[in-house]
Amino acid sequence: MRAVTWHGRHDVRVDTVPDPEIVNPRDAIIRITSTAICGSDLHLYDGYIPGMRAGDILGHENMGEVVEVGPKSTLKKGDKVVIPFTVSCGQCFFCQKQQFSACDNSNPAETADASEIMMGHPMGGAFGYAHLTGGYAGGQAEYLRVPYSDIGPLVVPDEVEDDKVVFLSDILPTGWMAAENCDIEPGDTVAVWGCGPVGLFAIQSAFILGAHRVIAIDHFPTRLELAKQLGADILDYNEVDVRAALAEMTGGIGPDAVIDCVGMESHGMSIDNISDTVKAHLFLGTERPHALRQAILACRKGGRVSVPGVYGGFADKFPLGQMMEKGLTLKQGQTHVQKYTRKLLDMIMEGKIDTTFLISHHASLEDAPDMYRHWHDEQNEYTKIVLKPGLEKGEVETLKEFEHEPA
Amino acid sequence: MQTTDDDEVISDAPPHVLRGDAAKQVQGDEDFVGRTVTVGRPRRELYDFWLQFERLPQFMDNLQSVEKLDDQRSRWRIKGPGGKDIELINRLVEDVPGEKLAWESEEGSDLDTSGLIEFTDAPPGRGTYVRFVMAYDPPGGAIGRGIAKLLQREPTIQARRDLRRFKELMETGEVTTNASPSARSSETPTEPRV
Repeated sequence: MRAVTWHGRHDVRVDTVPDPEIVNPRDAIIRITSTAICGSDLHLYDGYIPGMRAGDILGHENMGEVVEVGPKSTLKKGDKVVIPFTVSCGQCFFCQKQQFSACDNSNPAETADASEIMMGHPMGGAFGYAHLTGGYAGGQAEYLRVPYSDIGPLVVPDEVEDDKVVFLSDILPTGWMAAENCDIEPGDTVAVWGCGPVGLFAIQSAFILGAHRVIAIDHFPTRLELAKQLGADILDYNEVDVRAALAEMTGGIGPDAVIDCVGMESHGMSIDNISDTVKAHLFLGTERPHALRQAILACRKGGRVSVPGVYGGFADKFPLGQMMEKGLTLKQGQTHVQKYTRKLLDMIMEGKIDTTFLISHHASLEDAPDMYRHWHDEQNEYTKIVLKPGLEKGEVETLKEFEHEPA
Repeated sequence: MQTTDDDEVISDAPPHVLRGDAAKQVQGDEDFVGRTVTVGRPRRELYDFWLQFERLPQFMDNLQSVEKLDDQRSRWRIKGPGGKDIELINRLVEDVPGEKLAWESEEGSDLDTSGLIEFTDAPPGRGTYVRFVMAYDPPGGAIGRGIAKLLQREPTIQARRDLRRFKELMETGEVTTNASPSARSSETPTEPRV
């Protein structure tokens, strides 16, 4: 089959590789119909995540059709399914508590060692995301082997179009959990750093969960425009002093909750971010947490800090004293996708959540290397890319043409 | 060993996590390896599975076979460092149903070793704490252990991975594998990738 493979920093290719096979009784094989490129794939593209090996297949936002099942899978051939990016067994202590991304059995015994040494405990398994999370092949390919297929995959109605449900695999539940982690109360203002796909879903979710007001922060005009369409007030950090603006807009109190949808590769030319970038390039640090630092300083006393953004290791100059003196609560973590998929599917079907407004491009698997480059270099024009193995090479569909005008 | 009151080990911890003088006091010159995992199944079920030593190769990666010789004794074939097989004749020396099994290698074995598996109730609703402890004399002494570690057959690493696989098998009914395709010609889609 054809598959999108990682070969090093800024080196993504399309290779012919063997088809996956059923290995364990609970496995299923999925023929991929849609597989999106995630913002967190850029951390792999930029070489920020340890444990990738040349030849690994990328892709963790996957959906498709069941074509083969092991004897203990509950899926049926022909089922249309969305695959959570988290591999979860369903039976361990963590899965029983619905903390699916912490699954204790899905990271194989051999690969679990490395993350146990780095993190203190082994991480749960995930598709297409380095050997620290199990070394599973991703779904930016024609076919995908899904372990524990009786627990993860969500069967969706045949007639629903892929674009409406594919994001149940990751970014929609991730945005939802980010907002849920804010413990929103009536009257609350929530500030969201980063208007990429997760940020946009966090904004929608925060409103649904009762936020009085959402303030979105970014520097790409089109992404800010999408946030505005959702009802958020927007701040372009090239135009304003973000902390001063947030304080003024909240009568000096500060936002009640802050969400960092940026993660380890903050943009911006602030002093702290330049220093973090230099350290990252010299392998002296792994994180560039500029957005998170700013969010913590902006958050009101006794407020909540929610971090869906991906971090991988030790951060420098983390404002721990500020967290303590202001009495902030921090919640973060990889998304417990399976906990949310059913509820969010219902909300999509009832028209309560819009999931397609952010998709800017469809492309074939063969065009993936180009798409990774666009996704990395042109974040104003490329707001979300969905790869369709059914498309021919060169058949790129532009769904949204963004005007270059200030939001 | 004769000790004064000052020397007594006061920590409520199993012997294999002691260090420094405390370790020497309790372990002597033997090398101890130990690891505890929580398995979300009842104690008795786990004990029953383990009692059938012939089934251990299902989750113990380096154990090629276990052959029952009589009620007490069994022959274990283990992949050793450098492709050399190690053969042990193990004798069951303690059997407390639902709680504990202990064995020792008999004379004629390639290695002096003893092992212990203990099953205790985890807090309510959480299943069983399974503790595996092994004492052994590494082949080739410290150098042999260094080589084994490089080859990932070092007993500490082995014990950790074997217990993880035991937990997977007991909780999920299968041993987790990441077997899947890649663009590396050295791999197949049906074999695990490390």
